[in-house]
Amino acid sequence: MSTMTDETPRGAQSWAKPVTELRITDVPDGATNINVDGRRLTSPIQGFGKMWQKTYTVRIPSEVVSPTELIAAWKLHFPEFWPKGNRFYGPLTGIAPGDVALLSMTLPGRMKLSTGVMVLFADEQSFTLMTPQGHMFAGWITFSAAQDGDETVAQAQVLMRASDPIYEVGLAFGGHRQEDLFWTRTLASLAAHFEHDGVVEKSVVCVDRRRQWSRWRNVWQSAAIRSTVYTVATPARKLRRRRQG
Amino acid sequence: MDESATATEVREVAHGVCVIDISGDVTAASEEVLVSAYTDATERGAEAVVLSFTALEYMNSGGIGLLVMLLVRAQRKRQRVLAYGLSDHYRQIFELTRLDEAVGIHDSEAAALVVAGAKG
Repeated sequence: MSTMTDETPRGAQSWAKPVTELRITDVPDGATNINVDGRRLTSPIQGFGKMWQKTYTVRIPSEVVSPTELIAAWKLHFPEFWPKGNRFYGPLTGIAPGDVALLSMTLPGRMKLSTGVMVLFADEQSFTLMTPQGHMFAGWITFSAAQDGDETVAQAQVLMRASDPIYEVGLAFGGHRQEDLFWTRTLASLAAHFEHDGVVEKSVVCVDRRRQWSRWRNVWQSAAIRSTVYTVATPARKLRRRRQG
Repeated sequence: MDESATATEVREVAHGVCVIDISGDVTAASEEVLVSAYTDATERGAEAVVLSFTALEYMNSGGIGLLVMLLVRAQRKRQRVLAYGLSDHYRQIFELTRLDEAVGIHDSEAAALVVAGAKG
């Protein structure tokens, strides 16, 4: 239980506590922790590729759900809104600052990728997930809801750079499209949760067209490469385990 | 939608150095106010932009995102970005989000101005 004092800044409890490296204590069944433990968080500043701000919104009548009710439901049911083939292994209690979740994603070409995120910030109006080294992109995604007239506007906003040159190429050849589909389906599922058939709108802004070539070495931490090697080596690992008894 | 509760004031403290005093809340709703202050500083010929957070009351992740966007604009114009007046809490947030790797953080305006190369 945390104790608040008069000197605690407003909203301080909404932020994750400082960490230098991510730590996973329990690995849920089906999840793989090969790309999260010991990794540092990465903001768009540490990424390689062009910087993008992608915003996805869906409108739901306020009489159906208020912004705070929507965020509460989104936090509680977050994994359920993800498109098929992708898993979010977070705490069952929902989203709270400092939580680390393991992810299993399907990339173009049906490649499986094991990675994770940390909940950087969470309050009644929004929550933000930040990526670790090796993730497809360096940056964060903020999920928020706000009142606009008689509608509640749910929003997912990604601020990111591709982490390394390989991901940058991947984004150009289907990755952006895949990501757009991912968040469009997620927001559609969120709207469906409130029994509303919402139209998801998208806005994409290239914030910085320059690539940060000094960050090309990020490729050594690529979760995609490590996940592929892990998958390819799975039969050998099983065999070794069987021999060991 | 939310309205901004951010106020800014731009001071040209030396040739090529502007301080932006930021007060109130910095959230996603602060974009117009912050960009306007940054544009003002740039039009005054700022080669270094010093962000003063001494009167900052609250910042959320949307606010951190705005600072990253501001940083990109500054990098494009080859301007340095420095900051001072952050409370311990927000210093930790800058470290957590690794914003401190691109924004020089200082204890006081005087210290920031020395690094900014202000000669009066």
